[in-house]
Amino acid sequence: MEIEDPRPVPEPIHTPEASGPLVPRPSYTSMSDLPLTDPSVLTAPTMLQVERLNLYYGKKQALMDINLKVAKNSVMSFIGPSGCGKSTLLRCLNRMNDLIDDVRIEGRVLLGDTDLYAPETDVISLRKRAGMVFQKSNPFPKTIFENVAYGLRIQGEKDKTVLEEAVQRSLQGAGLWEEVKDRLKDSAQGLSGGQQQRLCIARALAVRPEIILMDEPCSALDPIATARVEELITELKQDFTIVIVTHNMQQAARVSDHTAFFWMGKLIETGLTERLFTNPGHRMTEDYITGRFG
Amino acid sequence: MRHFDQELKELRDGILAMAGIAEQMIDLTIQAVAERSATKVDQVTTMDRDLDVWELRLDRLCIDILALRAPAAGDLRLVASSIKIVPELERIGDHCCNIARRATYVHPPILAAGMLDRLGQETRTMVRQAVDAFIGSDAGLARTVIQADDSVDALYGQIYRDLLRIMLSDPLCIERASHLILVIKNWERIADQATNIAEEVLFILEGQSAKHTYLKENPVE
Repeated sequence: MEIEDPRPVPEPIHTPEASGPLVPRPSYTSMSDLPLTDPSVLTAPTMLQVERLNLYYGKKQALMDINLKVAKNSVMSFIGPSGCGKSTLLRCLNRMNDLIDDVRIEGRVLLGDTDLYAPETDVISLRKRAGMVFQKSNPFPKTIFENVAYGLRIQGEKDKTVLEEAVQRSLQGAGLWEEVKDRLKDSAQGLSGGQQQRLCIARALAVRPEIILMDEPCSALDPIATARVEELITELKQDFTIVIVTHNMQQAARVSDHTAFFWMGKLIETGLTERLFTNPGHRMTEDYITGRFG
Repeated sequence: MRHFDQELKELRDGILAMAGIAEQMIDLTIQAVAERSATKVDQVTTMDRDLDVWELRLDRLCIDILALRAPAAGDLRLVASSIKIVPELERIGDHCCNIARRATYVHPPILAAGMLDRLGQETRTMVRQAVDAFIGSDAGLARTVIQADDSVDALYGQIYRDLLRIMLSDPLCIERASHLILVIKNWERIADQATNIAEEVLFILEGQSAKHTYLKENPVE
């Protein structure tokens, strides 16, 4: 859905490395201003870097000059109104947009040292490094075991012991092992919605990705299942880097270390989550998170 | 206006109503002490009940907003600071009662003319300015209030030393002086409450705590 807004699209604000807020606000760029934040989040090496990214659907530009860094072993949330480009950007991070006709992408996305859009980049191996979890859980019509083992099997893994260990490790990582360990041969379709979503997370974990991309992973779940997935996200960041798109701002506040706010294809502001939700640097961010947008 | 904005307006209006009562109580307290007026003492005591009622009402409103609206950014800062401002205003009422209750015990005067009145007036100005800073979103005025606290503290110290001197020189004045020490302590506390309100106003406006600024100069690891 397009958001009609007559206001000019502003330049983005990056905190804590703010280059100067567009509205009069106190400076908040020093570490001493951020006592609630684990300094490791700020000093962690970068896992993912987006540089001057522009994306066009035909003649329509959907992403405009996006520059963004995601720290290793952190969770970053993308928030913004429908149509702002957050899911489009998420799909750029494992080249899912390649599947759409008439898409043109400029700029660079670096996963570690790999330029995702360099001609020599192998998309299949890239998608092993960047796992994805979708809004609606999509287990394959197979057993629980086969769902988790699927990625490894298509990579050519045939060793039963390796597969069993990977399935157990992934299900444990997704917090599902205790619930399904006695029925691994049952159909995945028989699991509850929340269990199915965690199964999809386990399936993503099985191929040992470096980054997990989640597109509204809890939007179809009840509050209990949502809480379990949120807990899981917090646990997973010990081993993975996570980028999550969410419309639920409380969820973004609960699970993420950093939050990025998008509007009409532009990154308006990115910064530490607690800072962004208590004292955003940009009026538009404030209007959005307080529900006064538009 | 959205329902949520209506609730925030209700909260702001409630704080202004409390501030209005507190300021009126301060005026009446100054007059009650100066005039030994039992009627005004009664008025102060009655008004304190109104502040208590407002405190309960606004406490409830803040909790409801937090629970049901999950406010963020400026709205969150307003609600979080209101939870602190409301009891400050309620305490101002309590201090006024403490002072007014002693109106009949501090006469005939033993302090130099105008000293006690000056302490009351300076404190009153601080409360008024803190409330004005809240109403007008005026960070400069809030900082003025915080600075003015030093002046009230100095005046309190001066009067306290005068009272000690009086007690040492004339034991017959000890009872009155003891009451006066409690009176000036309560005025000094009201000034502290005005300072706390001003600090909350700065947090609402700027998103950074204005409290314990010495810790920022010497950060605690």
